[in-house]
This record gives sequence, C-alpha cells and structure tokens, in this order.
Amino acid sequence: MEVRSELVGNIYRISGPLVVAEGLKARMYDLCKVGEEGLMGEVVGLVGSKVLIQVYEDTSGVRPGEKVVNTGMPLSVELGPGLIRNIYDGVQRPLPILKDMSGDFIGRGIEAPGLSRKTKWAFKPVVKRGDKIKPGEIIGKVQETEIVEHRVLAPPNIKSGVVTEVYEGEFTIEETVAVLDNGSELKLYHKWPVRVPRPYVEKLPPEIPLITGQRVLDTFFPVAKGGTAAIPGPFGSGKTVTQHQLAKWSDAQIVVYIGCGERGNEMTEVLEEFPELEDPRTGKPLMERTVLVANTSNMPVAAREASVYTGITIAEYFRDMGYDVAIQADSTSRWAEAMREISGRLEEMPGEEGYPAYLASRLAEFYERAGRVRTLSGNVGSVTVVGAVSPPGGDFSEPVTQNTLRIVKVFWALDAKLAARRHFPAINWLQSYSLYVDSLREWYSKNVAEEWNELRTWAMRILQEEASLQEIVQLVGSDALPESQRLLLEVARIIREVYLVQYAYHPVDTYCSVQKQYDMLKSIKQLNDWFYKALESGKTVDEIINVEGLEEFARAKFEKDYKSALDAAMSKIRKNLFGE
Amino acid sequence: MKEYRTISQVAGPLIFVEKTDPVAYNELVTITLPDGTTRKGQVLDTSKDVVVVQVFEGTRGIDTSCSVRFTGDIVKLNCSKDMLGRILSGSGEPIDGGPKIVPEERRPIVGAAINPYARQYPREFIQTGISAIDGMNTLVRGQKLPIFSGSGLPHNDIALQIARQAKVRGQEEEFAVVFAAMGITYEEAYKFMKEFERTGALERAVVFLNLANDPAIERLLTPRMALTAAEFLAYEYDLHILVILTDMTNYCEALREISAAREEVPGRRGYPGYMYTDLATIYERAGRIRGRKGTITQMPILTMPGDDITHPIPDLTGYITEGQIVLSRELHAKGIYPPINVLPSLSRLMKEGIGAGLTREDHPQWNDQMYSAYAEGVDLRGLVAIVGEEALSERDRLFLKFADEFERRFVNQGRYEDRNIEYTLDLGWELLAMLPERALTKIERKFIEKYHPKYKAKSS
Repeated sequence: MEVRSELVGNIYRISGPLVVAEGLKARMYDLCKVGEEGLMGEVVGLVGSKVLIQVYEDTSGVRPGEKVVNTGMPLSVELGPGLIRNIYDGVQRPLPILKDMSGDFIGRGIEAPGLSRKTKWAFKPVVKRGDKIKPGEIIGKVQETEIVEHRVLAPPNIKSGVVTEVYEGEFTIEETVAVLDNGSELKLYHKWPVRVPRPYVEKLPPEIPLITGQRVLDTFFPVAKGGTAAIPGPFGSGKTVTQHQLAKWSDAQIVVYIGCGERGNEMTEVLEEFPELEDPRTGKPLMERTVLVANTSNMPVAAREASVYTGITIAEYFRDMGYDVAIQADSTSRWAEAMREISGRLEEMPGEEGYPAYLASRLAEFYERAGRVRTLSGNVGSVTVVGAVSPPGGDFSEPVTQNTLRIVKVFWALDAKLAARRHFPAINWLQSYSLYVDSLREWYSKNVAEEWNELRTWAMRILQEEASLQEIVQLVGSDALPESQRLLLEVARIIREVYLVQYAYHPVDTYCSVQKQYDMLKSIKQLNDWFYKALESGKTVDEIINVEGLEEFARAKFEKDYKSALDAAMSKIRKNLFGE
Repeated sequence: MKEYRTISQVAGPLIFVEKTDPVAYNELVTITLPDGTTRKGQVLDTSKDVVVVQVFEGTRGIDTSCSVRFTGDIVKLNCSKDMLGRILSGSGEPIDGGPKIVPEERRPIVGAAINPYARQYPREFIQTGISAIDGMNTLVRGQKLPIFSGSGLPHNDIALQIARQAKVRGQEEEFAVVFAAMGITYEEAYKFMKEFERTGALERAVVFLNLANDPAIERLLTPRMALTAAEFLAYEYDLHILVILTDMTNYCEALREISAAREEVPGRRGYPGYMYTDLATIYERAGRIRGRKGTITQMPILTMPGDDITHPIPDLTGYITEGQIVLSRELHAKGIYPPINVLPSLSRLMKEGIGAGLTREDHPQWNDQMYSAYAEGVDLRGLVAIVGEEALSERDRLFLKFADEFERRFVNQGRYEDRNIEYTLDLGWELLAMLPERALTKIERKFIEKYHPKYKAKSS
C-alpha cells in the first residue's frame, strides 16, 4: 500500500508508552504505526510540529529516527459476525490468533484483524431489490451462534440509497452482499471508530429491570435495562465475583465483559467456565452470547485505556440490532489509572491525586453511552453498563469513585467487613442505593406481584431498624432489649442470612429467579407475622427463635424444588408454634 | 561501539547524556569511571537531543568526564539449569565464588505478558502444613499469594516453613525455590541461606541477593531477574517453582526514588502513578500455561509501613495478587506462631482447589463455618470489653471461647510442625464441636453426621 509522504515521519523521543514523532501530518486520535516493527499507537497530542503518540505495545528497543506512519484513520473496531465467543485484547486483536502467531506470550508488532477473513457465514437478506435502505438499517441475518442471530446492519455513516443488487448464500465478511444505487457496497461487517458513540434515534426511559438473579440486587437495588451501576469496593470484597455473576445470570441477550487491567487468571476462569455454564433462559452455554475484552494488568497500559472504548462500541453495535446488552467493566479504576499514566507522560497539569483534570468528563462520556434507545433500524435495544471501581485503601472519597457516583444511578457498595465474615455478596444494604426503584415499581407489580413493592419496603425497614438497635446492643447486650425488639433482630437475622446471603458457587443458589425471590420474601414476612402472633399468645422469645424448622427454612433455597422445601419448613414451624 | 563523554547532568540515580546517535529505549548502558571501574545502567527516556539513564549501582563518583557506552542490547539474564544451587547478586552475577554461569539462553528480564488465552486456571492444592493457610486460605499451584507483614513479625520464618514443607500431595516432586532478596539485612539473608543449606534445599534453589547496603536501584532488576530464572526453569525444564520475593516494600521505595529523580508527577504518597502497572508486570508472571508442565507459584513478602493495610504498597499488591496472608501484631504479642489473622486474609483461588477429590468434601462448608464462627467470636470480644462477660448469653460465651481456642490451638503451631490437611480439618471440627450443633448453619447435615466428633465417635 502506498502511503502519502506527508503521513510519514520519524521518532524524536521515546518515554515508555509515549512516543514523540516529527515530520508528519496527523490529527488527534489518528492511528499510527511506530518504528520498524510497526507498533500500533494513537495520536494523543500535537505540540507545534511534534506529534505525541501513545503506543499500545512495549517500546523497548525502539530508537529515535525510526519511521512513523500515520494510517490517517482513527482507532476503529470491526463489527460483524465473529464477535461472539471471541476474546480480544484492548485494541480488538483476537487473543487465540495472537497465540497462534506468537506462542504463549504476547509478542510485538503483530497485526491481527478483529474478525476472521476466512470464515463463511450463511447470509439471508431481509431486503430485496428496489428497497430503500437508510443508514443503520437491518439488511439481513446471519445465525452467528445457536442463540445469537446476527442482524447485519447498513453502516450508520453511509448515504441512503435503493438496493440494486442483493445476494443470499455463504459469504466471508469482505464479500459484497448488497449494492445500493449510490454505489455503496454493503458487506457483512463495517468499521467504527471506538471513541465515537454510535448514533440512535432517541433515548427511552428506563422502565424494565435487568434481572440479575441476585437477590440483594434485584430486590433492593435493581438496575434498569439501559441503566448504569457502579460497584466500588476494596480488594477481596467480591467485585469480580459479582461482575462474573452478572455476566453469567443477567437477562441480557448479549454480554460484553471487559477485563481492564485486572488479573490474567480471572479471564482464564471466564474462558474455562462460561462454555460449561448453561444460560437459564435458553439452556445453551453462556459463552454463546458473550464477547470478552481482556487487557490484563501486565499488558500494555495504552491498550488498557482503549479497551473500555472497544468494549462499549461492540456493545452499542449489538444494541443497534435491537438487543439488550449488558457490559461489565472490571475495573474502571485501572482505566482511570491508565489515563493518569499517559497524562503524566504528556506532562499535563494534574488534577486530584495526579489524575488528569478531564477524568470526570471521560467517565461521564463513557457512562453516557449506556441507555435504552430506539435504534436507526426502528428497534428498541439497550446497553446497561456496570463498572467496578477499585478505590485505593477502600476509601470511597477518592476521585474515581466520587466522579463515578456523580454519574451512575445505582451504587452497590461492597463492604470489607461483610466479606471478612463471609457474608457474600458483600453488598452493604445501608450504604447502597438505586435511583431506578421508583421507575421500576410498575414493572415489578405487574410482572411479579402486586405486593412486591410493599414487601421490599417492609424488609428494608426491618434491616434499618436492626442497624439502629444494633447500636444499643453493642452497649448493653441483646438481653436488655424488650421482647418485640428481640424478635425484630431475629427476623432481620433471617433476612440477612437466608435472603441476602447468596452462594455464587452453589449450583442452585447461584441464580435466583424473581419468582423465587418473591416466594422467599413472602415466606419471611409470614414468619414475622407468626412470630409476633406467638409472642402475643404467650410464648417466650427464646421458644420462638429456637423453634424447630427454622434450619430447614434456611436451607430451602438450596433445593431445586425450593417451593415444596419452603412449604414443608413453613408448616413445620407453624405446627411447632401453634400446635396445629 | 561509540563511547560518549557528553554527560550534561547527574541527578540522584540518573545521568543525562547529550549528542548521541539514536539510542534505543530500555537499552543497557555501561558507564566507565575515571578510575576504570564500570557501572551498569538502563535507558529510561531517549530522544534525539538527550538520553536519560538510570544507573543501577548508584551515581557516587560519577562526573561529567565519565564515558558512556550504549550496548545496543537490553538487560538480559544468563539462564541455565546450572543456576540451581547458585547464589547471584541482585543483578544476576554469581557472588558465591563459583564459576560464571554458562548461558544456555540469554533472556530479556522484562518478560512478555502471558496471553490470557494460553493460561490454565490453577487448581492443584499445595499442602503447606500450616493450618491457617491450608484450612482457611488454601494455596494452589500457580497462584500469587503475598504475605502482608509488619516490621518485627516472623514473616521470614513462615516463608521458610512454606518453602520447606510445600508439596502437592500424590506427587512426590518437590518445589524448586527461586529466592529474591531485595534490601533485606545480611542477618535475614544469612538465616535464609543457613536454613536452605541445612535442609539441602539450596541444591534446588536459585538465590538472588540484593542486601540493604547494595545499591537501591539494583532492586528494580532483582525480582525480574528472579522471575526470568523461574520462567526458564519452569517452562524449559518442567520444574514447579516457588518464588519468594522479599521485601517488596524495599522494591517500591526504589521505584519511588527513581520517579522522584525524574521529577514525575507523583501519585499517592509520592509513589509513581504507574506503580500498579509496574507491580503487575512482576506479580502477573505467576501462573500455569496450558500444555506446559512447569508452574510458577509466587509468594511475595512485604512489610506494611505502620501496619497500615491501606498504604499504597499493600493496597496495590492486594489488587493484583490472588489474595493475601495478613500477619497480626496482636497475635504475635500473644505468642502465637504463625500470627496469621485469618479475617483479612484471603485466597481467591481456593474455591477451585478444595473439596471432594482435592482436599476433602467437607472443606468448603467447613471453611465458611470456621470463618463466620471466628468472626462472631472476635466481634464479641469488643462487647465483652464494654459490658463484661457476665452480660453475655450462654451461646455468645461459647463463641467467645471458640475464638480463643481457634487462635491457641488451630492457628498456633510449631515452626517445624507439618500438619496434613486431614489433621487440620479434624482439628477444626473439634473446635466446632464446642458450639451448639444448630449454630452450624453453614454445613450440610450429611457432613455434620460424618465429621462432627460427636457422630464420628459413635460410628467408629
């Protein structure tokens, strides 16, 4: 390929991932090939005649004077069939291909396109000759995996036109499947710059919850489809496990999991586990709906910065097909740190704790790409973003947590104290909140039960009263409390230990349907009523809280047929309390 | 190869060289002093005008008349199977009086990242013979599990005990140990060496020593040297390697020193903003690779300044490693060895390494129960301090007793006591038997009936 000479320059300076080049023309965010090895990099600044480039690969051994070529294109991802089941690095290079090319360790200067050029896909058009095609419209379908039907989109940046040719059959992604009268040739894929949000018609209000199968989340702190949530927590409090649980069980049709600057073994765990796990709705392996972006902590830091954009662009693409997409970003703090590192090398004026002053606006831009929208093709699709935050020392007052909380609507606060006593998920029910509770109220009362919202409020009230009673107990011991308050403590204990505690690694308990959540919560409320009735009829508190059957009640959630286990325990308790 | 006498500035451990031909980033540099001695350095920043070099052995005695030679190579380690049994300096030169190491291969010490797709998830249980680890925070082969300690705590004894006792059951193969000392005192290093020699472990060990009086900047190389040696032995010779890095706090101090000398924008407490990434390139070199037999298990040791777990060094480490073993000054003061505080300790990989067929079927639930019982007991201590033990209910008093016994009998053990996992689990059951049976809510009935001493005695 011939490159125009004004796009070729040479290296002036190298400082870690930052390379300064001179003698070439460049625009912000142009993609460049740096040095003799052609390392990939992106323009992040222009100073006089100098071009500042962040390089996505290790720059050891690169010298000043080596050439730099500007591709003239922004960093883009390839969007088309072949995304699902794949695992990419931060700049959409498929890791399995990298392994074939450079072995078990990631080499340098390897070019690997995001989508296979060889695979043939069976394409069924849904448009015919003479149809008018608008940008972003669905032109046909490809069955990508057993559960994902890939809807092939006209790129959002083409001009409208009339179909003059359209073909059905087996195609690679580079073959033309339709031609428009304005000369546009449509293929199974198109490219999209990662830093530009994909267009849509309008945003829709968040009215439908993303059901996660996690009791504490669905019941108390639900996130809406198209909503945003943050999980901050110190290390060891279970951020990653919670993110994995959401990737596994949330009722999104597509899941994009971004491992941003985290552990290699965690990605391996997903890779080994997801093909084995069954999606509760379709019965097919979870991997069949998952795209992974893995830029682990030891992989180049600039690619880590790009990885969240790569991930969210892929998510938006599936949204544009009319799917509900959930994106898990673990962890946004590592992304922010990558920004800080690059910013430091650029010698920019630092803001708080050395983070760049634009930290808040970058975070806001990212989360704002979430949403439930009417797509260009007229469908409704959504992108729900859940970002993990890793505050240094578990201190939520640090800049990344604070700037994130200003944007997101749901806050799941992880608590090291709960984690230390193995209360998982260690989500603190007093600190967390969801601003979607009101807008989702109607959905719950329509789709779960009329009384759902009341039950939820009741349980939350008990937990809050328990917290204030605990302060007294800490001072005087629980025996000093009046009987009714001691019963309340017992009910709160049941809510905590039976309802809130959920075992991610238990085959049954790992996923709890909303129906089961309702059944369990209703039974706990029933227990509560019985307890007070028994107290009135003269039983002592000790007799009540030691009643036979509570143990079975606590275990009922582990049974596949939880309903009959729950009922059996309930009737046993009733018999022992009231003798009938 | 050209030599330059164009040093324009010396600042701390850095020298600035002007008017050079193009010099590669990270290139290895030799500096010759007027008296003929040489030092080694590495290029940190390079441009057409000026090159910044960090000098590993420090800049004492360097002036602008020194000659600087750029070798055209990056820092590499001479790797050979003969490294086993040898003692090397922090920058990889033999210091045990033995012959030079004849390299089978010269490897760059900055290892490339393992492709996450090539990794295999660690699952093999390592029995360390220490109950607080095996039972509560199990180590598996290929894990990186640091010890968070404080000054004056016996972390070195624990590391030695693990190095001595660690084994994968059913496989007779021992671990080979790669030991990297960064900035520790001669006495501490002597103790390690002595113990390695006494047990014959030195034959299966590679030792890298950077002592407290060695140049601080050399410490930046030491862990990378050690891990390069570990990778070579694990992946070329199929050995199972246990890497002990002590003390990572000294490493981070050296990193801060360089950063300050370069006048970089500091992050928290003056440590550079890239410390997370830098530590990750060390810790992430642990693991297993599909299709390869050798493994690398890492046990970094760090002393938390002021026993503060939120200090940047333990904090960033905890975010990268797969758990942590936390030592407690309070337990140490009570005379308990090893003073492992299990509550803030964690092993992220244990869930896949324990249970039926791996350790024992009751282990996962037993672990949950032990944790919550101990946590409850410890909480009650706070209450006792205010209201006195008399105000406690009978049930609470049992939990209080459990916590005491847990520390005294379960955590506490001899420095040479090698407990197998069954012993550890049964000991835990003995303690759990002190509690009312219906308080054991985390364990399924069938395990209670099988392992609870009350039923066990009956059935046998």
